[in-house]
Amino acid sequence: MAVKWDEVSEGMELPTLKKNCSTQQLVQWAAGSGDFYQIHYDKDFAMGTGLSNIIVHGALKNAFLGQLVHDWIGNQGRIKKYGCSYRGMDYPNEDIICKGIVRKKYQEGAEKLVDLEVWTENPKGQKTTPGTATVVLN
Amino acid sequence: MFTRRPYSDIVRSHNTTLEEVLETLADAKESLITDAMRAEIGKESSEWTCEVDKLAVRMFARSVGHQDPVYYDEAAAKAAGYRSLPCPPGYLGTSVFNPATSDSTFGGRRGEGPGPQPSRPLTRILNGGTDIEYMDDICAGDVLTAKSHLAQLEERTGSIGDMLISTNKTVYTNQNGKVVAISTGTGIRY
Repeated sequence: MAVKWDEVSEGMELPTLKKNCSTQQLVQWAAGSGDFYQIHYDKDFAMGTGLSNIIVHGALKNAFLGQLVHDWIGNQGRIKKYGCSYRGMDYPNEDIICKGIVRKKYQEGAEKLVDLEVWTENPKGQKTTPGTATVVLN
Repeated sequence: MFTRRPYSDIVRSHNTTLEEVLETLADAKESLITDAMRAEIGKESSEWTCEVDKLAVRMFARSVGHQDPVYYDEAAAKAAGYRSLPCPPGYLGTSVFNPATSDSTFGGRRGEGPGPQPSRPLTRILNGGTDIEYMDDICAGDVLTAKSHLAQLEERTGSIGDMLISTNKTVYTNQNGKVVAISTGTGIRY
């Protein structure tokens, strides 16, 4: 169920979204996004560039954070802006836990706005993809 | 020659901040960013077309793992108030592929040559991040015109050595002439 404005409070956590990419999902993303760079599905190629394994596309993690926010606000809400930095690599068959927390709840004119801090966490608890989002909940 | 003085003394005597001192030291090294590179800031690229269709929206949503039916079922999308399947977050249409001008790996428009190069060669590149600002819904059936420009160049020295950080902005305008999204991408060369 989508969150309602009255239920939102600063410091509130978003329901966690757990991801764990199979190589199949990375191939699906390659097709879905149009990014066919081989480091994301060809292990020999990835290792040839000095990586230890195939890595998850940064933009896929960005899209995961988008799903985290969309699932929280539903279709009554709207994402005004969102983004993230790619700080650390994530690998297939490892958990990517998407999390968020409400940082600010405020109104600007007729818009009811919420600022969020969002991020992905790897199995070591490191934030590999820190980001922010602003949503409208009218 | 360098005369060692307590740092606090330098700060006091010049009435300056730590940041300013560090900046001065950084300036002593030749900048990676040349005048020719600076001249590129703000220049608009030629435009390209990004189509949004139902097939691509479904494929994108499926690859992310979206569960919301609005991304798959047009009736559900309309019931939720959209014109057709909406773009999931992060999806801004698919560049129309042209074998003569598109990049075979990334599908987008091939770069228009390497452009002016930094004063010292940098061979590696990292995707630093993505930010998207939305001004309106983008739905299947929309045809977006994209135009990008280099917005900013910065240099920093970090654990991976000298880094050149470039910020590119792409503005997406829909078929009605409305700017619907601006995406900002950060690239790091080192």
